[in-house]
Amino acid sequence: MLNQQTISQLAARLGRREVSAREILADCLKQIERVDGRLHAFLSYDAADALAQAEAADKALAAGTTHRQKPLLGIPVGLKDVIAVRDQPLNCGSKILGSFVSPYSATVVEKLKEAGAVVFGRLNMDEFAMGSSTENSAFGVTRNPWDATRIAGGSSGGSAAAVAAAECIASLGSDTGGSIRQPAALCGCVGFKPTYGRISRYGLVAFASSLDQIGPLAREVRDAATMLGVTSGHDPRDSTSVPAPVPDYGAALEAPIKGLRLGLPKEYMIGGLDAEVNGAVQTAVKQFEKLGAEIVEVSLPHTEYAVATYYIVATAEASANLARFDGIRYGARVDGADPTDLYCKTRGAGFGAEVKRRIILGAYVLSSGYHDAYYLRAQKVRTLIRRDFLDAFEKVDAIVTPTSPTAAFKIGEKADDPLQMYLSDIFTISCNLAGICGLSLPCGFTAHPKLPIGLQILGQPFGEETILRLAHAYEQSTGWHKEKPPEQS
Amino acid sequence: MPGNFDVQYVARLARIALTPAEEEKFGAQLSQVLGYIEKLNQLDVSGIEPTAHAVPMVNVVRLDEVRASLTNQEALRNAPAKANGLFLVPKIVE
Repeated sequence: MLNQQTISQLAARLGRREVSAREILADCLKQIERVDGRLHAFLSYDAADALAQAEAADKALAAGTTHRQKPLLGIPVGLKDVIAVRDQPLNCGSKILGSFVSPYSATVVEKLKEAGAVVFGRLNMDEFAMGSSTENSAFGVTRNPWDATRIAGGSSGGSAAAVAAAECIASLGSDTGGSIRQPAALCGCVGFKPTYGRISRYGLVAFASSLDQIGPLAREVRDAATMLGVTSGHDPRDSTSVPAPVPDYGAALEAPIKGLRLGLPKEYMIGGLDAEVNGAVQTAVKQFEKLGAEIVEVSLPHTEYAVATYYIVATAEASANLARFDGIRYGARVDGADPTDLYCKTRGAGFGAEVKRRIILGAYVLSSGYHDAYYLRAQKVRTLIRRDFLDAFEKVDAIVTPTSPTAAFKIGEKADDPLQMYLSDIFTISCNLAGICGLSLPCGFTAHPKLPIGLQILGQPFGEETILRLAHAYEQSTGWHKEKPPEQS
Repeated sequence: MPGNFDVQYVARLARIALTPAEEEKFGAQLSQVLGYIEKLNQLDVSGIEPTAHAVPMVNVVRLDEVRASLTNQEALRNAPAKANGLFLVPKIVE
């Protein structure tokens, strides 16, 4: 079945004209019909629009266009419901946007289409990307393809589950504190959070503007590198995108990893780290040694303050960003006696519990009398966290950690305990606070039930090539990424 | 400080109407989160510069010139209430 293959496999077969873009799309749509009633990775998809794009790809292939020119020609790519596509719905997993239809496309969507991708589908997510389980979607939870009683992770749970269950070939998510890497780990795929500023966020609905980054989810490291190359680059429409050249990420995979120094942070051996997860990560570290990497213990002394820092910075920014959802210019409205009454009622009815909690927390830490004690202090601790990483990168080329302290937990297990849910992000959030890059890739499975375990590799700012190279060498020497969930068979 | 946390007051600042059940539940949950956040007080941050965002770029500007943007019709496309090319809002002045 074509939907189970990778971008590189499909590109080769499309190039030889053995298969058509229409056949690949048809297999993806068939798989969605077969499994998505149960998994609920997709909120919606426009099959007619996808078919038109696939037909255009087939025409381009017939006219001699190659994958060297258009690396994603004919490849179906899904999008998290937080990225705008002109004339398609955009809900951010929330009721408050009502029947919103995007008046323009995000830069990443334009870039995917320029590269020939068949861009389709709205993938489920925690409302406004706030959550670690996709249980906060207003449209129902996404289930894990390895065990449907468990979460797919979050907030990009739909993007991870759809790739793992072979409903699309690759997808885009967004990562504010681990929202690409954690669901990728729990669903057994590759998830990449690029350096802040690497990919334009024009057309990405903002959650926490100093932390948000768009990134790819894919079935193997090479595919993630292809997606990263296509979507990266400076964009005058996003003033936080960095005018740095985009390297050939595919070529970066081929360099040997012998002699690279890999840091193991001693602070990451915490209580609450599952024994099987720890075992898989330790085995992965030994594998890196076999491949010629040098393992060095490093210290990130402010690790234990990262979760507290994050939940001040991210909620403060969210409270400002989400002020735009006021029932005036777009989305749902609940009428009121005066404008303030309208705002309060619209936002009270339109936002779900977690979004309300975070906006309220953010408003509190920014409010008069508390700003310095909370927000300013958190920004200073953020400086210390960033310094920890920059100091460590003086000694090592990359840092290896677990992605998540446990494999996928049961649906409902942490739904009513926000603090426990926040603490499950411990390994991923520092990366966003420090503005560095990171990825997650499969490094094993728990025994009973069989659930994927993710390995996180963190790299220096704009050090994408190094962590891709490490991940690719590890992946090719172990083959964990070839294991398929029951939903794919 | 968590003891002083007045969820009703802050929800009002944030323009979010809460039900009494939500007030009670969120008040308790957020007090717990604020209790955890107190952890940051253990650190000495004197002399540390705050980080607003991680990329050292400031004052990114462009030429002040008119560019293509959404048409009036497109900008109003998703409005919950509109008339004569304008957003409709409740009466603001008496």
